[in-house]
Amino acid sequence: MVQLKRVLPSLAVMAAIVAAWWAIVAVGGSVVFPTPWQVVTGTAELVRDGTLWRHIGSSLFRVGAGFALAVAVAVPLGLWMGWVKGAYATLNPLFQMLRPISPIAWIPIAILWFGVGDVSPIFLIFISSVFPMVVQTTVGVHTIEKRYLRAAANFGVSRGTLFRQVVIPAVLPQVIVGMRIGLGVAWLVVVAAEMIALRSGLGYLIMDSRNAGNRYDLVVAAMVIIGMIGLLLDGLMRLLEGLKSVRWRYAH
Amino acid sequence: MPIRISVKGIGKGFATEQGTLQVVDDFSLDVADGETVAIVGPSGCGKSTLMSIIAGFERPDRGSVGIDGVVQDGPSSRGILISQQGSVFPWLTVQQNLMFGLNGRELAEKKQLADHYAEMVGLKGFENRYPHELSGGMLKRAELARALVVKPEILYMDEPFSALDALLHLRMRNELLRILEQERHTVLLITHDVEEAIHLANRVVVLSPRPTRIQSTFEVPFPHPRRISSAPVQELRTRILRELGVEADST
Repeated sequence: MVQLKRVLPSLAVMAAIVAAWWAIVAVGGSVVFPTPWQVVTGTAELVRDGTLWRHIGSSLFRVGAGFALAVAVAVPLGLWMGWVKGAYATLNPLFQMLRPISPIAWIPIAILWFGVGDVSPIFLIFISSVFPMVVQTTVGVHTIEKRYLRAAANFGVSRGTLFRQVVIPAVLPQVIVGMRIGLGVAWLVVVAAEMIALRSGLGYLIMDSRNAGNRYDLVVAAMVIIGMIGLLLDGLMRLLEGLKSVRWRYAH
Repeated sequence: MPIRISVKGIGKGFATEQGTLQVVDDFSLDVADGETVAIVGPSGCGKSTLMSIIAGFERPDRGSVGIDGVVQDGPSSRGILISQQGSVFPWLTVQQNLMFGLNGRELAEKKQLADHYAEMVGLKGFENRYPHELSGGMLKRAELARALVVKPEILYMDEPFSALDALLHLRMRNELLRILEQERHTVLLITHDVEEAIHLANRVVVLSPRPTRIQSTFEVPFPHPRRISSAPVQELRTRILRELGVEADST
């Protein structure tokens, strides 16, 4: 009941937007822009002929591969840069310069290097999500409270124990924040990447629907699905924030 | 009694824009095995710096700290520091925290030791809780148990209970005395609370304002359990407070 009360206002806003949309299309009499109902039937069509699952699968695969690669690179790199002063001084300026470059700007280079297969979007996702994760991990190491490092030194633990039981768990909440940001960006970028010269994925679905006879019902359907999957991915990352061993960081 | 901690003429200063700020100046102190010595001083007099140096986390500019006759060159698990902020790892459970410092033993043995000390400090049943699920008092108990479990010869306590409310503070002091009776550690306690110092220590050392050095020393001859409200204890308290520049008659 309490939960219902909390989501009620946002549901009301969404309902109002759908209603307004419907009214405007009905009054305006547009032949291209779809009504909400046409979007629903369009979605049903995609579900029935199976193309929707194929496109979702392709997009998720690319995001999964690029993101996993980015995590595998960013976390060790971030730990190293956070722990070793020289590594930070050497690499941080470079990353700070690369970070503001939109991943979209890398598209021509991706095509040049990797052609128009799956590798290009995976590379773009890697590029887009690796920097926020490196930065967050580094910040995580830099903000480990001195009292914990002191305690570790006091008990005279080995370097391995120091890393396993102090540094990595202390940084983990920041890593998860970085992963949330990284996955969010990755999902934005995959759609953009798929609009160029690919034959599958939700981004391709949008461009293809427009090019193949102005099927704007399918364009909007794909947009709504992209939004919902993005929400779901963020929800997954938020589940990680609920782990008992990281909750201390978010609690206050 | 053999000498456990021997502090010889240490001095420490920090560079500031106005030149060197001398924080500790020519401080010497011997602490015997099993003794509890309290160091009291005005706030900002460099008590924590002093403790940091004695516990091995910072180096003095001059002088040396000897533990059992060996010059100390860094922190070690033979002397565990317990500070006001606390340093129980929030990402480990109580049991994992207690096992943290137990290197090179079988897991079963570590668990058994951890559970033994958890029980000693009254945390039985909370072994699998995370620190953020504990109250402030329980967190202090966990910190104390984590120190005790490695069987250090020395406990360095820097305002250990200052963050607790008055009632809990008193209770933790009594608990500590009970534990010290069983475990017999050498304790160096830093506090701004004269009552706490008299309650726990065999000897109270009063520091001067910065640069800090020993201004005077008081023996506390009363046997445990001590009644803080008794006349001789109160009289000693008044004398120490007077030494600190506070006339205590009004309180």
